[in-house]
Amino acid sequence: MRMIQTEKLVYEYEKRDEEGNIIGSHRAINAVDVHVEPGEFVAILGHNGSGKSTLAKHMNAILTPTEGTMWVNGRDTKEPDNLWEVRQSAGMVFQNPDNQIIGTVVEEDVGFGPENLGVPTEEIWKRVEKSLEAVGMIEYRHHSPNKLSGGQKQRVAIAGVVAMEPKCIVLDEPTAMLDPNGRKEVLRAVEELRRREKVTVILITHYMEEVVDADRVIVMDQGNVVMEGTPREIFSRVEELKKYRLDVPQVTLLAYELQQRGLPLSNGILKTEELVKELCQLH
Amino acid sequence: MSITLEHINYTYSEGTAYEKKALKDINLEIPHGQFVGIIGHTGSGKSTLIQHFNGLIKATSGVLKYNGENIYGEQYDLRKLRSQVGLVFQYPEHQLFETDVITDVCFGPKNQGLSPEECKERAREALKLVGFPEELYEVSPFDLSGGQKRRVAIAGVLAMHPQVLVLDEPTAGLDPKGRDEILDQIALLHEKKDMTVILVSHSMEDIAKYVERIIVMNRGEKMYDGTPREVFAHYKELEAVGLAAPQVTYIMNALRENGILVSSEATTVEEAADEILRVVSGEKKEAGSRDGQVRR
Repeated sequence: MRMIQTEKLVYEYEKRDEEGNIIGSHRAINAVDVHVEPGEFVAILGHNGSGKSTLAKHMNAILTPTEGTMWVNGRDTKEPDNLWEVRQSAGMVFQNPDNQIIGTVVEEDVGFGPENLGVPTEEIWKRVEKSLEAVGMIEYRHHSPNKLSGGQKQRVAIAGVVAMEPKCIVLDEPTAMLDPNGRKEVLRAVEELRRREKVTVILITHYMEEVVDADRVIVMDQGNVVMEGTPREIFSRVEELKKYRLDVPQVTLLAYELQQRGLPLSNGILKTEELVKELCQLH
Repeated sequence: MSITLEHINYTYSEGTAYEKKALKDINLEIPHGQFVGIIGHTGSGKSTLIQHFNGLIKATSGVLKYNGENIYGEQYDLRKLRSQVGLVFQYPEHQLFETDVITDVCFGPKNQGLSPEECKERAREALKLVGFPEELYEVSPFDLSGGQKRRVAIAGVLAMHPQVLVLDEPTAGLDPKGRDEILDQIALLHEKKDMTVILVSHSMEDIAKYVERIIVMNRGEKMYDGTPREVFAHYKELEAVGLAAPQVTYIMNALRENGILVSSEATTVEEAADEILRVVSGEKKEAGSRDGQVRR
């Protein structure tokens, strides 16, 4: 069974005037077919307003399709009876950690989710411990979340989702507000979760460097999926990406620039080591 | 139009259990017309620092001079200072509140006591400066995309005709194109309007591409102050305090470690490409492609 599958998914926002009358609609997602396999790491790229966050919000039924269908772990998200299971299968992490933390102590915050699911107390503590360990925050379990750095807060937010033991985690620009170190910490935590828990990861981001390790990249534009492939395939298409208001990692751009100026390098170089290796061979 | 800080200290909640030193003995001078970047980890004091520039926060001790005048002096007109040093906060679009774009941008000049006609004129000019399309002037700011909202918010500050523009992470959450557009626009303002620009950012790549001087904050202290090359040469020390260098700096250093003896000074893709070609294929540097203008 696929973790996520959509069929001709359409979502329209209604536009209303000051009296609340509908005066039009905006199609944020336009008959999109995407799928994500269990255990896969899929990145979604797209400019502001391309529909990627709207799509993500369908993955745990914050939004449901105007037309078409979204299945999460085989459950149709439009069925109210499935809501509970859908939300348990796919957990979401948002951009601003301050909006996601509610507890006054780190471990209480992480325990909030499983407690709501009716998990027995003993099991809650086990999960809290395991999740905090996975994101590297176990030594902060008795701290107040207020005093943590952005990256640490975001990792606590991720632990809170992990403690609910979802099969899939959807991260909507989790690093947008963080400093370089915070960004690294969060990505390391996500990597660790994939390794330990074999959890499916869907990452939405504007930082191109963050997706080079993804199994697959999906590019959205004006509510449509316009590109799909491995990071190498996607980042070899520099001009096309620019057309969609996107970019490539700096190392890819540098390799592209050198290629344009006559050096025989491979397409879609993603990592510093690759570029160094190829240049050494030329030297 | 310089800003001078002499022994600036700032302590939050002084005299209470929550007392925290946010700035420690900061000395610096920002001359007129400079494009300065400020970097530092979360909580390093950079936001506290920039709020001193227009007197929003008053230093616990020390002197801050604007054009040689002590802004903490009794006779000093802080109101005037605030219209000369424009501060654009993080996520400034959260501060939009009027019913249409043009009225929102008029808010600043209106507060400066300008006539409605002058306000409108200022607003139009500012919106043009940030590249905001004219057909959207009458639209509600809440119906705009993230990038457009941010332009309106920046225009709101520009409409007050500041001499110094301070921006706290103006591109957070924007897509790469939106990021480049806003920063290119700011660089252009800096050039055309001869404005001093102070940019706070978490993106080392952006900082390297645009600014001529970087101030690094760490735990309330000024850690480094120099050109991008000078500062990013300390990339190992920067990492130790939660920062980083642009990706190209790492590439150049990795090349050196592998026997390709490029200079590790490059901080932008353009500079790196020039340098690699010079070493790998003996190509001459293209004149004028270093420094100068907007790079990349």
